[in-house]
Amino acid sequence: MVKDQEFLKKKASYCLSLAKKSGATESSVVVNNSVSETVNFRNKKLDESNRSDNLSVRITTYIGKRKSTISSSNLLNDNLDILIEKCVEATKNTPEDEFNSLPDKNLLANNVKDLDIYDDTHIENDQKIDYLKKLEAAASNDKKIVNTESSFTQNKSNFILANSEGFCDGYKTSSFTASSVTVARDEKSMERDYEYSSKCFLKDLDDADELGKLAANQSIRKLSPKKIGSEKIVVIFDKRIAKGILSTFASAISSSSISRGTSFLKDKIDKKVFSNKINIFDKPDILKGLGSRNFDGEGVKTDTLKLVDKGILKHYLIDTYNGKKLNLKSNGRYGGTSNLYFENGSISFEDLLNSNSKCLYITETIGHGSNIVTGDYSVGATGFLVENGEFKYPINEITIASNFKEMFQNITLANDLDFKYETNSPTMMIEGMVVAGK
Amino acid sequence: MSNFFEKSDLSRKEAESIISDTLQKCDDGELYLENSKSETILLDDNKIKNSSYNSDLGFGFRAISDEVVAYSHSNEISKNSLKQSSENLNSTLKSVKGTYNHEIPKSNKKYYENINPIEQKSLNEKIKILNDVNDYLRSKGEKVKQVTANFLGEQKSVEIIRSGGETLSDVRPLVRFNVSVMLEKDGRKETGVYGVGGRQSYDSYLRDENWKSVCDEALRIASVNLESKPAPAGEMKVVLGPGWPAILIHEAVGHGLEGDFNRKKTSAFHNLMGQKVASEGVTIIDDGTIDNRRGSLTIDDEGTPTEKTVLIENGILKNFMQDRLNARLMNTRSTGNGRRENYRHIVLPRMRNTMMLSGKQTQEEMIKAVDKGIFAVSFGGGQVDITSGKFVFNCTEAYEIVNGKIGSPIKGATLIGDGPSILKEVSMVGNDMMMDPGIGTCGKAGQGVPVGVAQPSILINKMTVGGTKL
Repeated sequence: MVKDQEFLKKKASYCLSLAKKSGATESSVVVNNSVSETVNFRNKKLDESNRSDNLSVRITTYIGKRKSTISSSNLLNDNLDILIEKCVEATKNTPEDEFNSLPDKNLLANNVKDLDIYDDTHIENDQKIDYLKKLEAAASNDKKIVNTESSFTQNKSNFILANSEGFCDGYKTSSFTASSVTVARDEKSMERDYEYSSKCFLKDLDDADELGKLAANQSIRKLSPKKIGSEKIVVIFDKRIAKGILSTFASAISSSSISRGTSFLKDKIDKKVFSNKINIFDKPDILKGLGSRNFDGEGVKTDTLKLVDKGILKHYLIDTYNGKKLNLKSNGRYGGTSNLYFENGSISFEDLLNSNSKCLYITETIGHGSNIVTGDYSVGATGFLVENGEFKYPINEITIASNFKEMFQNITLANDLDFKYETNSPTMMIEGMVVAGK
Repeated sequence: MSNFFEKSDLSRKEAESIISDTLQKCDDGELYLENSKSETILLDDNKIKNSSYNSDLGFGFRAISDEVVAYSHSNEISKNSLKQSSENLNSTLKSVKGTYNHEIPKSNKKYYENINPIEQKSLNEKIKILNDVNDYLRSKGEKVKQVTANFLGEQKSVEIIRSGGETLSDVRPLVRFNVSVMLEKDGRKETGVYGVGGRQSYDSYLRDENWKSVCDEALRIASVNLESKPAPAGEMKVVLGPGWPAILIHEAVGHGLEGDFNRKKTSAFHNLMGQKVASEGVTIIDDGTIDNRRGSLTIDDEGTPTEKTVLIENGILKNFMQDRLNARLMNTRSTGNGRRENYRHIVLPRMRNTMMLSGKQTQEEMIKAVDKGIFAVSFGGGQVDITSGKFVFNCTEAYEIVNGKIGSPIKGATLIGDGPSILKEVSMVGNDMMMDPGIGTCGKAGQGVPVGVAQPSILINKMTVGGTKL
């Protein structure tokens, strides 16, 4: 059982009062407990069970404009006493920074809504096993599948965020996640792929049978891949890859990258960054949303932001420290975005596939090839060659490259958005990327 | 060393009896206790941005029966908590009938000293060096627009209690010092990053203003990149410099030689034992026994002493890297490669210091042998798909080679290749093997562990370079 609010509040207020007694002028604390239980299957048999009970506390103390932080997993008061003393001592020895401070009081969240992100249901390991049996049966049905590894995790978390300005709030969240990784083999090749479902509520989780079938098909269709020649080509990103491009955009507009001058999107507010039709939202109050939250990691209230309006950049993602540095108010994005998504485009997935006689459909990328400073993008990729709307054959051992500044101006989106992850994109087409192959 | 039972209602004796009772009919398992202390001090944008300290304490209780692993971990070292974990393990392994394997090799060798690097240097001294780094780099001219530097220090005490009360312990220091500098010229921005580290005190890396050479290297890389041109796209010859570029070996073949992927037959190497997987002259080892290296360990996280494991000898595949579980199921012995990020994670076979040994040729000979290709000197991260064998890595410093001569620097490009075949494309092995500076962290199944790599210069006949210039 995850610890209740009472326990976490008691620990939080103990830390705050001790920090004050030790000489801190302000302080903030987060106390977190998460309990997760996982069962793994491999080739239709039980492979692993894992129970994890994590406690953590993170305390930040200020003395004027000096600041230091400690964290620990040991919540015994004895240990907290030593750590807080150490933290205040380190604070005294850390140089001043004029932008250090707790968030402005009037920006703190005050009416915390129920976002429907906690499901009290407890699923026993035996029930997880039943789900996984069904999943793995579906995943290994085809004889081309030579290995399956599937997993079911229940996670329950609870936290309290408190600061010396009187803010003290927190809530429980839950997630239920099932995934399946399959390996398919034929005479020429061995390929791996996966499928996954994660929901706040157990009853919303994808059907085990469906999940298994998808996981299997996605590996099988990659078998006997070819390598293609190097050329400039139209690229279509599957939703699971397109969301990564949106995440890169989010890190490039984070106030820390902007204030440090290390982003290719610096000074681009009110400038056209994307093509005309592109709208991007960050909406924290979606009921049951995987990224939903009432306030950010500093307690600042989070409103919905239309980050990009008809291609024009409207907001950075701002926290207190970097906001003060940029002379902007925090918009509650300490810790990043909530439910971030591209608004749907106007054409169907089929029409997108058919819009060019030849294109590359990318289902997986590997490597750390996104450079936020320059906007350069170069990654290894796997996918399919599509001709006249038809999937012709799988492709691998190629790279795709371009620069985000150019890519963003050439995006066309399909109208197939769904909310499978925290960050979501419809299927995305980008013209004029360079493929390196043979 | 930590006394894990000092402030607990659980005595060592009681713990031992719970462990023995729980693991009685299991094939293997242990209680792993860990106490780690770590610090980060970060200078960024002309200021000390962050000084933070973390203390982490917890246990992980593991029981193994045949292929099934049951694991439970908690932060509370108490009677109640250990009993709850024991019940949790028993509920997974309902009807076990194994025989506990008590055998574990012993060694008295140690590869680093029992020190706490965090306490060896005061916060003020560390802050002073970071400020000196900032001043030094900013004095190098107008084009220096951003400087980031940090210290990461850690001391991790681990204790492994096996069924029957056998106890193994280790205290592991680890430090890292990193510098990143961003330059701007004519509206163009480029970054250079360099760092050093290992299992010793900060002073081992910083004495005599050694930090200046770290700054100079970061600055040099950034300056080179300011002049870089778009990288070519397509298949060509690639010369890799010595040292850190060995992450190619780590990604391309290292992961594919880890025991778990081969037991499960999901590695492209699983049926190639004893066969030729690399060109003649290519020898690759994984060595946990080099003094003070980032990837070295006195014992692994199951208590097995580490060793120097030959993976590929003169082109022939000789050994996989094993932990106890995969070794038992594959009828071999653990090579001391059982590692975990911390007590929250199960043990997996992981690399330590993975090294390709020197050959006979010189780097000059390699460059001369290339008509059109690239010379890659340094890399950012890499990644591999174990199953298809395809791997990538990203150049952070690279040059064109034209008609046997090094040409202009080229922009960060991704190189992609095929793990099982890449080593057969190695046509020259240099005489200049070098260790990396001590900065590598390897990720697998969500767990990061410190690793090292080493290699001489090598010439690869054919790789795909992912540039933008056709």
